[in-house]
Amino acid sequence: MTNLTQAQVRERIEKRLASRHRKEKLFRGLGIASIAFGVLAVVILFSDIISKGSGAFMQTAIQLEIHYDAQVLDIDKVDDESLAWANFSGVIRQALRERFPSVTSRGEKRELYTLVSSGAPFTLRDRLADDPELLGKSEKVWFAADDDVDTFVKSLKDSKEGFRGRTSEQKAGWIEQLLDSGELKKRFNTTFFTNGDSREPEQAGIRAALMGSLFTLLVTLALSFPIGVAAAIYLEEYAPKNRWTDLIEVNINNLAAVPSIVFGLLGLAIFINFFELPRSAPLVGGLVLTLMTLPTIIISSRAALKAVPPSIREAAMGMGASRMQVVFHHVLPLAMPGMLTGAIIGMAQALGETAPLLMIGMVAFIVDVPAGVTDPATVLPVQIFLWADSPERAFVERTSAAIMVLLSVLIVMNASAVLLRKKLERRW
Amino acid sequence: MSTMTLDAAGRTEAAQSELTGGQIAASAEVRKTVGKPFCDTAKLRMRNVNVFYGEAQAIHSVSLDIGRNQVVAMIGPSGCGKSTFLRCLNRMNDTIEGCRVEGELSLDGDPIYGPKVDVVPLRARVGMVFQKPNPFPKSIYENVAYGPKIHGIASRRADLDEIVESSLRRAGLWNEVKDRLDKPGTGLSGGQQQRLCIARAIAVSPEVILMDEPCSALDPIATARIEELIDELRENYTIAIVTHSMQQAARVSQRTAYFHLGRLVEVNDTETVFTNPEHELTEAYITGRFG
Amino acid sequence: MQTPTLFALLLLLILVAYGTGFSRALSAARSLGGLRNLASLPSYYGIFAALWCGLPALILLGAWLIFDDAIIRAMVLNSVADKPETISGQNLLYAQIQNLAAGHMLGEATPRLQEAADHLSQLRSSSNNMQAFMSLILAVGLGAFALLRFSPQLRAREKVEKVLRAILIACACAAIFTTVGILFSVLFESLRFFQSVPVTEFLFGLHWSPQMALRADQVGSSGAFGAVPLFTGTLMVSAIAMFVAVPIGLMAAIYLAEYASKRVRAVAKPILEILAGVPTVVYGFFAALTVAPFIRDLATSVGLEASSESALAAGLVMGIMIIPFVSSLSDDVINAVPQSLRDGALGLGSTHSETVRKVVIPAALPGIVGGVLLAVSRAIGETMIVVMAAGLAANLTANPLESVTTVTVQIVTLLVGDQEFDSPKTLAAFALGLMLFVTTLVLNFIALHVVKKYREQYD
Repeated sequence: MTNLTQAQVRERIEKRLASRHRKEKLFRGLGIASIAFGVLAVVILFSDIISKGSGAFMQTAIQLEIHYDAQVLDIDKVDDESLAWANFSGVIRQALRERFPSVTSRGEKRELYTLVSSGAPFTLRDRLADDPELLGKSEKVWFAADDDVDTFVKSLKDSKEGFRGRTSEQKAGWIEQLLDSGELKKRFNTTFFTNGDSREPEQAGIRAALMGSLFTLLVTLALSFPIGVAAAIYLEEYAPKNRWTDLIEVNINNLAAVPSIVFGLLGLAIFINFFELPRSAPLVGGLVLTLMTLPTIIISSRAALKAVPPSIREAAMGMGASRMQVVFHHVLPLAMPGMLTGAIIGMAQALGETAPLLMIGMVAFIVDVPAGVTDPATVLPVQIFLWADSPERAFVERTSAAIMVLLSVLIVMNASAVLLRKKLERRW
Repeated sequence: MSTMTLDAAGRTEAAQSELTGGQIAASAEVRKTVGKPFCDTAKLRMRNVNVFYGEAQAIHSVSLDIGRNQVVAMIGPSGCGKSTFLRCLNRMNDTIEGCRVEGELSLDGDPIYGPKVDVVPLRARVGMVFQKPNPFPKSIYENVAYGPKIHGIASRRADLDEIVESSLRRAGLWNEVKDRLDKPGTGLSGGQQQRLCIARAIAVSPEVILMDEPCSALDPIATARIEELIDELRENYTIAIVTHSMQQAARVSQRTAYFHLGRLVEVNDTETVFTNPEHELTEAYITGRFG
Repeated sequence: MQTPTLFALLLLLILVAYGTGFSRALSAARSLGGLRNLASLPSYYGIFAALWCGLPALILLGAWLIFDDAIIRAMVLNSVADKPETISGQNLLYAQIQNLAAGHMLGEATPRLQEAADHLSQLRSSSNNMQAFMSLILAVGLGAFALLRFSPQLRAREKVEKVLRAILIACACAAIFTTVGILFSVLFESLRFFQSVPVTEFLFGLHWSPQMALRADQVGSSGAFGAVPLFTGTLMVSAIAMFVAVPIGLMAAIYLAEYASKRVRAVAKPILEILAGVPTVVYGFFAALTVAPFIRDLATSVGLEASSESALAAGLVMGIMIIPFVSSLSDDVINAVPQSLRDGALGLGSTHSETVRKVVIPAALPGIVGGVLLAVSRAIGETMIVVMAAGLAANLTANPLESVTTVTVQIVTLLVGDQEFDSPKTLAAFALGLMLFVTTLVLNFIALHVVKKYREQYD
């Protein structure tokens, strides 16, 4: 410099070095902190849900000595008709009274009856239907406990007192008595996987929601994959570069970022109001999710087609193949792994989607397992939403368990997409 | 690290055998550097420098001095390690993952590598100009003022203005850009951009300027301007230049180093290298038999 | 005839058409002395016949299935002597007629209803017969026509490819149809909404209480449609989310792109991306049951009052959800900054952070801004987290500890449950949907444009 010697410059640089290096460390620290925050969020989210939900895979059961007394049941033979109106709860109540003979007052008795699930009579009905010989005989039967009992028993392992909630001192005493004598235990909760929704937490399961999700995804896959691939083929292999193609491209990119709830509005206005398709049906859900996942599938399919080197097209064309033959015989098979990966990711997205399905009525309380795409159904994420809204403490557990199931399915889907990509990926 | 005696007059065995073009690269084995790799007024001293990329060795035991206010040109076929070697001198190789440098390198007796060496002031002393002009996407003024600002060389606007002007003048760009200092540096022509990068480098008053093929992306007229500039800069700075053009090396440098397959084959006064090369690989290269 | 049977029959016809076309081509080739004498390969003749046979019939069948209910409904309702004026009245009447026709009507049916129900059953059966008859005739007729046109000179391949190409084009236009469909569905109902509620009241009104009075003398249910509290609520939640997501996402991206070794990157990046794959309903649950109580307790412990459903909880969790979105978009644009710029800055003696802050980030800024805009549009449109954690009360407040409501929450609450498409309450949801669609569309458009321009700069 005209007025600064190199030595002067050196000196000035030296003076600021320490503070510059401090800033460098701080900046780096901020970066690490950000990553740590993200990782921590993942850890907290998962551990929170697992700690809340793992209990739901076990269920408290109570064993009772049941006497199939024809008089109490008020039937004389076992057939479909008599099974339908036999007084099974009377038998259960009798068994409870016999187990706790000291209970005499009406109020206490009523409380006693709430030890077992209100679904217990159905357990008995099924047993008797399976084996009509049981009529007039006795046997020991395990029943699902009521959700309050379940919550209380499960909370005992965290603290000696346990979470009482609606459970009275006396009831807690009964429960401890049963626990001590081995007539109360925790068993694997099969109900959770075999039942549909229910107002009673101990009878609620995810089967109906899982089937609903399956049907919805089948419709989505059946529509969005062929349409998406066809659209990608046209845009990548045929489309002339003009304003119309540009418009389609801009449109696809924009649609990929439109909020999902807007697709729900579309589904409500067009599919349900205009075409009068059934509400709450996987068919409509699948249609809405098709429109939603289409951009994802088109974009990834185009990327897969783009990755196929032009030399392959040129080679096939050189052999005299028509454009269509080039695409369908040569390019498409090579691009298929990439397209499938995109489809799996799109399906994973669709599986986790809730908001648009609320719009088309998949939020209704549906107990039955759907048998087809036009039956009323709900899907797993919506089931989670519904349960999360329920006041019963036992539903928190089941919501978290349903989330665990949903996340496991998503992890499997995404992992298979990654594996597929790794396994079938070609380097040109 | 292999120990190697450096004999200024030494010759390699390979130099004795008769070689033809195609065989040269494959069979020639360079054990010792021929010519005069050392000088008395060394600004930069390098001894037994080895560079590794992971397992692969890119530079094999190179020793060289770069004298004060001298322009040293490094030539050689592509992939011979000349750029890698240049980037050791201000530790730009640090940015490449898996790159490891061994040997003694010093600037005015201060070590360049070592646990206590701070690269920040080092790079302020040893500036660099790259193959492709890389002005920042900022105004011309901001491009030149960037270095002085981050280093805190000038704090007042007036000082900064002065540094910017004098740097641009030395880079021979002032008259072309003085009216549009606030325009983006990326809007200049390729040759102007490269001179802007030189101005940016000299704004922090470096002692050494490293140039990595500074003209390879430029047209002949812009190249001529840069070469003129290099000659002027020699007055105040020590310059090491990597070039793939032998003519350029001949025009701008006082000494020339010829690299081959990661080894320094021959160093000598530029005139000697181009008129009377000692090593036949050098001769083969400058006569255009390969490269 | 049942629809599935009809489909099966059509499929069979298509197969027959394919087989016939194929074998005719083969035998023609044999008599001419080799396949080279045909204009196309035999399979193309098969497909040619199959397309003629199946495509028009299937289109007809599809259209029939879509429109027959609406047409029959209109015909039945027109035949009823004194039908109600309102849409909901007509719906009720038609439901009664349908039940009667299906045979499970409770109570006594009036002769008027009985007559309409008979009419309905009759129309249905004739429609069913017509549909089967027409589509089968079409399939057989056009299939035969195609087979009759067969000659060795027929360029079957070109014709088949033309049809396939048309199908491809139709699929590519699906995106356009979707956009048009969205626009029409929200625009149409919004216009109806704005007939009963003025646009200015909707856009600038400060009071939101969409419950309509059932009786005239009912208190407190005035049906006010001032959406400003919703807009401010949406803005507040999105702002909190951005406040979390942008700095953290950006710093994470910078660290991953500039500092992290390959090994750290290979571990940290997928972990961050897990956050993007978690369904929003899970975040909603997490926000409502874990974060919101935590914030409330924390606020109480420092002497602040916090609602159990707070904007802060929803915004915070939404921010966590958006972190990977911001970081992966920023990662992309930071990696697109040429290495030569970094070298230039480092070569001058910048520290790494100076290089990033003064050179890399300014160079990547347009791309980062584009990414942030996309993230904002996502935050505005996010539904489940706010539905579960932000609340329903339309508070006009600037306190993030209070409960606020957002546009998406209101759309959900207005539309879940029973809907009457002639009440402003239901239509308001579509007006909100229109606002949401237009806002996000504009944001996306700008963002995608900025990012595209940015990419072109360094390509």
